[in-house]
Amino acid sequence: MSIKKTSLNNLHIKYGAKLVEFAGYQMPIQYKDGIIQEHKYTRSHSGIFDVSHMGQLFISGSDDLTRDLEKIFPADLKKLKTNQSKYSFLMNNKGGIQDDLIITKTSDGFLIILNAACKYNDYKVIKSKLDNQYKLNLDESLSLIALQGPEAKNVLNKVIPGCDSLKFMNGNNYVYNNEKVYITRSGYTGEDGFEISIKHSDAETFVENLIENGSKLIGLGARDTLRMEAGLCLYGNDLDNDTSPIEANLKWAIPKSRIETEFVGSEVLKNQFQSGVKKLRVGIKPDSKVIARGNTKIYNDKNQEIGKVTSGTFGPSVEHPIAMGYVDNSYSTVNTKIFLEVRGKKIPANICNLPFYKKNYVKGEINV
Amino acid sequence: MSEVKYSKEHEWIKLDGEEATIGITKHATEMLGDIVFAELPEKGSNVDKDGTAGVVESTKAASDVYTPVSGEVIDTNQMIVDDPSKINEDPEDSAWFFKLKIKDKSEMDSLMSKEEYEKFAKETSA
Repeated sequence: MSIKKTSLNNLHIKYGAKLVEFAGYQMPIQYKDGIIQEHKYTRSHSGIFDVSHMGQLFISGSDDLTRDLEKIFPADLKKLKTNQSKYSFLMNNKGGIQDDLIITKTSDGFLIILNAACKYNDYKVIKSKLDNQYKLNLDESLSLIALQGPEAKNVLNKVIPGCDSLKFMNGNNYVYNNEKVYITRSGYTGEDGFEISIKHSDAETFVENLIENGSKLIGLGARDTLRMEAGLCLYGNDLDNDTSPIEANLKWAIPKSRIETEFVGSEVLKNQFQSGVKKLRVGIKPDSKVIARGNTKIYNDKNQEIGKVTSGTFGPSVEHPIAMGYVDNSYSTVNTKIFLEVRGKKIPANICNLPFYKKNYVKGEINV
Repeated sequence: MSEVKYSKEHEWIKLDGEEATIGITKHATEMLGDIVFAELPEKGSNVDKDGTAGVVESTKAASDVYTPVSGEVIDTNQMIVDDPSKINEDPEDSAWFFKLKIKDKSEMDSLMSKEEYEKFAKETSA
């Protein structure tokens, strides 16, 4: 299979990107400034992320669609208002996570944003579970661009006026270059921000407009350090087929109204809600400067193995190594002393609260 | 005049009599990206040619640092442990890693000259 390129490939090269293969796409890992500068620029101003490799699945059909999707996803889709978004999961029968995703209610159905590496399989699974009754379109004619950071609203508002009135986890249609674009206020960095779904042919000019207004392109490297500081999971690292949303400490994403109802994996989840789980995702802060990466083994003070790190890096904004991982539930309390095996040595660390970096999402009451 | 040579693992070594100063090359730092952690060998320990003698980590990944020659570690550069970003700033001078009292000068013979290394670095990163 040949490597796919996004509509911004020429722009990545123009701005000095180091390109790597990610989920079948040629993607920028970093640009000239490097990961730390890119990370900090996103936190202090705003960063542009090419996330066009992610799946944009549009589903439309009859009035039964909401009911039928609730049989798949543990989200409260009946209560979802048009243009409102929710974080949810595609699970297997064992309650394991096949993908984590964002569902937005659109005027004629739903838009689901899927992880790049999972999107084709997700499409097949969802299509078969819906018994082919509905129109599913994994739209590959659209780019997806994220703009994140405290200045994101000001930058985007200059290019597409009016979008600063969007509330967090809400979307709407706007116009750019006489074409419809769909914008949601959401993101993956712990900052306020937007995700813009736009025609491939307009993507490059749109990004140049954002750059002209002070924003900078940011690579996947900084995207990873930003999301880790924000305590957000990366599918494939922190979430997988053998891990449930309860174990992943994402219980908040399963609304109470859905616990007693049926959906894929609901039996397992109901059981875990009642009886608890054996392992739990936690934040981990090493005492020293040593970085514990994914797959680092975790021990208790009696040298017994109690878990595994799933993501770890140096947090440029918190200026300290950070990690997250799964530990035996009895060690999941904040401030529990644990040890990380790095290069044969046991490095002391503490279980800590997530996120490492305080969120700056725009919430609540914006006058419209 | 002191002699500077280079290894295939992207270390540089400067020899002054019996004393060798070792660090990683500018090319290595460019491949690694922003360095956020450095670990050095213990003073007084002995290291063997091509053996691990430290670690550097960037935001992306960890990499071992090897010693291009054998010897006893007589000094280490605390500055790069305290502020690993110095390695990106000045890798081939003030951000050296460790100094050795070398065992066998002939181990230097298999290492590359500056010209040879530059050619090697260009070919291997292409």
